[in-house]
Amino acid sequence: MAANSGELLSRIATGDGHGENSSYFDGWKAYDMNPFDLHHNRDGVIQMGLAENQLSLDLLEEWSLNHPEASICTAQGASQFRRIANFQDYHGLPEFREAMAKFMGQVRGGKVTFDADRVVMCGGATGAQDTLAFCLADPGDAYLVPTPYYPAFDRDCCWRSGVKLLPIECHSSNGFALTREALVSAYDGARSQGIRVKGILITNPSNPLGTIMGRATLAMLAEFATERRVHLISDEIYAGSVFAKPDFVSIAEVVERDVPGCDRDLVHIAYSLSKDFGLPGFRVGIIYSYNDAVVACARKMSSFGLVSSQTQYFLAKMLSDHEFMARFLAESKRRLAARHDRFTSGLREVGIGCLHGNAGLFSWMDLRGMLREKTPEAELELWRVIIHKVKLNVSPGTSFHCDEPGWFRVCHANMDDATMEVALDRIRCFVRKHHHQQQQQKAKAKLWAARGPLHLSLPRRGGAAASHLALSSPLALLSPQSPMVHAS
Amino acid sequence: MVSMVADEKAQPQLLSKKAACNSHGQDSSYFLGWEEYEKNPYDPVANPRGIIQMGLAENQLSFDLLEKWLEANPDALGLRRGGASVFRELALFQDYHGMPAFKNALARFMSEQRGFRVTFDPSNIVLTAGATSANEALVFCLADHGDAFLIPTPYYPGFDRDLKWRTGAEIVPVHCTSANGFRVTRAALDDAYRRAQKRRLRVKGVLITNPSNPLGTTSPRADLELLLDFVAAKGIHLVSDEIYSGTAFAEPGFVSVLEVLAARGNTSDGLSESVHVVYSLSKDLGLPGFRVGAIYSSNPAVVSAATKMSSFGLVSSQTQHLLASLLDDKDFTRRYIAENTRRIRERREQLAEGLRAIGIECLESNAGLFCWVRMRSLMRSQSFEGEMELWKKVVFEVGLNISPGSSCHCREPGWFRVCFANMSTKTLDVALQRLADFAEANGKGAHPTRRGLAGGPARTMSCPAGRFSWANRLTPGSADRKAER
Repeated sequence: MAANSGELLSRIATGDGHGENSSYFDGWKAYDMNPFDLHHNRDGVIQMGLAENQLSLDLLEEWSLNHPEASICTAQGASQFRRIANFQDYHGLPEFREAMAKFMGQVRGGKVTFDADRVVMCGGATGAQDTLAFCLADPGDAYLVPTPYYPAFDRDCCWRSGVKLLPIECHSSNGFALTREALVSAYDGARSQGIRVKGILITNPSNPLGTIMGRATLAMLAEFATERRVHLISDEIYAGSVFAKPDFVSIAEVVERDVPGCDRDLVHIAYSLSKDFGLPGFRVGIIYSYNDAVVACARKMSSFGLVSSQTQYFLAKMLSDHEFMARFLAESKRRLAARHDRFTSGLREVGIGCLHGNAGLFSWMDLRGMLREKTPEAELELWRVIIHKVKLNVSPGTSFHCDEPGWFRVCHANMDDATMEVALDRIRCFVRKHHHQQQQQKAKAKLWAARGPLHLSLPRRGGAAASHLALSSPLALLSPQSPMVHAS
Repeated sequence: MVSMVADEKAQPQLLSKKAACNSHGQDSSYFLGWEEYEKNPYDPVANPRGIIQMGLAENQLSFDLLEKWLEANPDALGLRRGGASVFRELALFQDYHGMPAFKNALARFMSEQRGFRVTFDPSNIVLTAGATSANEALVFCLADHGDAFLIPTPYYPGFDRDLKWRTGAEIVPVHCTSANGFRVTRAALDDAYRRAQKRRLRVKGVLITNPSNPLGTTSPRADLELLLDFVAAKGIHLVSDEIYSGTAFAEPGFVSVLEVLAARGNTSDGLSESVHVVYSLSKDLGLPGFRVGAIYSSNPAVVSAATKMSSFGLVSSQTQHLLASLLDDKDFTRRYIAENTRRIRERREQLAEGLRAIGIECLESNAGLFCWVRMRSLMRSQSFEGEMELWKKVVFEVGLNISPGSSCHCREPGWFRVCFANMSTKTLDVALQRLADFAEANGKGAHPTRRGLAGGPARTMSCPAGRFSWANRLTPGSADRKAER
């Protein structure tokens, strides 16, 4: 039977739609086999591929210790145990929805209010995108997504729903900002291939860029969506992680204030507490839709991924502690800013720049200058060196569908300060070696050019060159004796 | 306030076909009765005339046992282990392989419920947000859009949503009748298979619920052998939803398909990779709010695919942590299983006896949180119209939300599922009293053997306190009292 499992199981089960057969998982595997530990394994791989916020868990922990009544398992909360344990209504605990609606407004600086009746639970933001795709589109329909984008959207939006993602190409020439031209081009391109575009999916603040979308761009999107009658889905999972100016502008604000004439039936927000709070384990995903039918449908579908009532109860208590929430958000942002600044300035010391970002748990690092050539292959080569030799699990830009090779997303909010310093040291060391080696190559290339015809390498010199790099990496191909150096 | 009325003309193309259709089945009477209850719920003090919820298969009988355990186990309180806070660890834990401590404890608990006659390998368990999510994920993994599952009737109305809605799969019913206690037969399976083929549907498997919802019966060993033979012959899957495995309270006791499979030994037909079990803690432990479901399979490809798919509905880490401690307490699980089933049996008896006394029979059952009740004697016509008419009267006039057999796809009119474990004994008394009053009032046109009773002195049909000894059944200090609300 095992041999027949291809027929015995579904296409969804046997296909690659889950995205985990991608070679990008090599970085994860390297980390899993040899994880860094500050005390026990300083040689290990440092995890910089996981966008987690571990900087402010102490604040949440302290709150939970000071509020035993928020847990239904403590003496103080036990009286609620049976009511909560029994509560499986897919509308969710009213107090949870209320608290979530108020919190979402609070995160947006009080500039918009959210209706608790439009808050729908899902199994994390992962579940939110899967559910929205089922509600908004049929198999074969497409969403347009600005690149670069979060790789797991390919699974979340497409795997079970059969929806396609089509890129809206964005470029570094304007800081990867989304332009109307690019949007129209992507839309028209899809239409010309007979593909029905059902929605535009944006992540704001952006993963992996760490930037926020401007008000004018959001307004443009709302207008475009209304004109073409396509949905606008805004994944605002990092809304509470904007740590510097300019202020975050939510699509909710734009819909209510800037483009009041836009068709609200097209506007949907996905949210979660996994990033802003650092609580991915609690599986809290939210769909907020301005479309009544979508709310009704998503709510029925939420049966497939409700939030544990135990967790709803706990979070209802915490989120409605407005004073604590205000302090938490402020302190969390302060720590994110500090970590971001430390990381980016550490990189600048060795001439590595990042896209100027003010949000998220990562930086979009520019290593284009270190590429052998401007190709995705060269980016992956560099990436493998960083994984296996520098021992940092970073994420290559091509995995985010970035069409310009050389960019890498580097997460830095998921470790302590000491580990951050180790990571920076390694990067600086690597970059310096690389620059040094490049200079040597240039010098030798000049020498060789002056000498005339190409000579083959001598093993001894080759050996010396290799040991200089202390690597047996693809870069060794570029050592002075390689015919390719002459050719370039 | 969100308007629930969607403008059908404007919407159909804007949303997906799945959003616009109603194969979520929520227009069925199963859910409609529920809605009526929501509008007018019974409360002994605040709303004594309200509708009593007898359509929800919940287990509210044993919360006190869980509460006692919590009181006695401070380390499970407030996210601690051995006194130290595990908050951070739980906050970040999102590994779809699930928490090892929890899966180990769950595997042991599932084995204990089967008398340790089956062992479960924790690495073959996939955790999901409830059995609802488990069943859907399993269908996504086993069937393509348009493929079919054969399901013996009557079956849980929610399957129409869980198995078909988003997956695009079809259900072909396997007709079972009261002629043999609604047991599944080879003839019925073959007939269903033929009907599927006529509809050009590719059958991917058979799905059974054992113990059965809505029948409340456990599958005899012979029936499980029959099912295994059938799926082996057809080269298809067998999914056994064993969500009620902990509610079996009387002989012949619950036998899992895995036990029967194990007894067959290792054959070359690869059957063990085609049999999958679904479980949940919603019924046995009465914790539906916690959303704890599981798929168990010996097929590595199924485990692998389902594990990845569980990303869409993982179990909250704080819930896994709590339950890991709870289920790891062997003393507790042993006592809980015994006491919980005892209470279920008692409560079931209260309902069955009460119905018997007014001339209404239940299917002989030994599990579940409900009785499968034959109410055709109260129907004006022996048809599904008659059944619906009766159902409406029972919901709106008598004030009991029970589930009509037609919502469970039963082929014979006149059967209703009546739940008993989600209310206090007093409330059950009230429900039975109302039914008795209704039965008396409907004496005309009732079943001939009952006409005699109905025509007799009023006191045989009415219910003075002495006639039904519910109050007498409760012993002082009975745990039931604590469980009553």
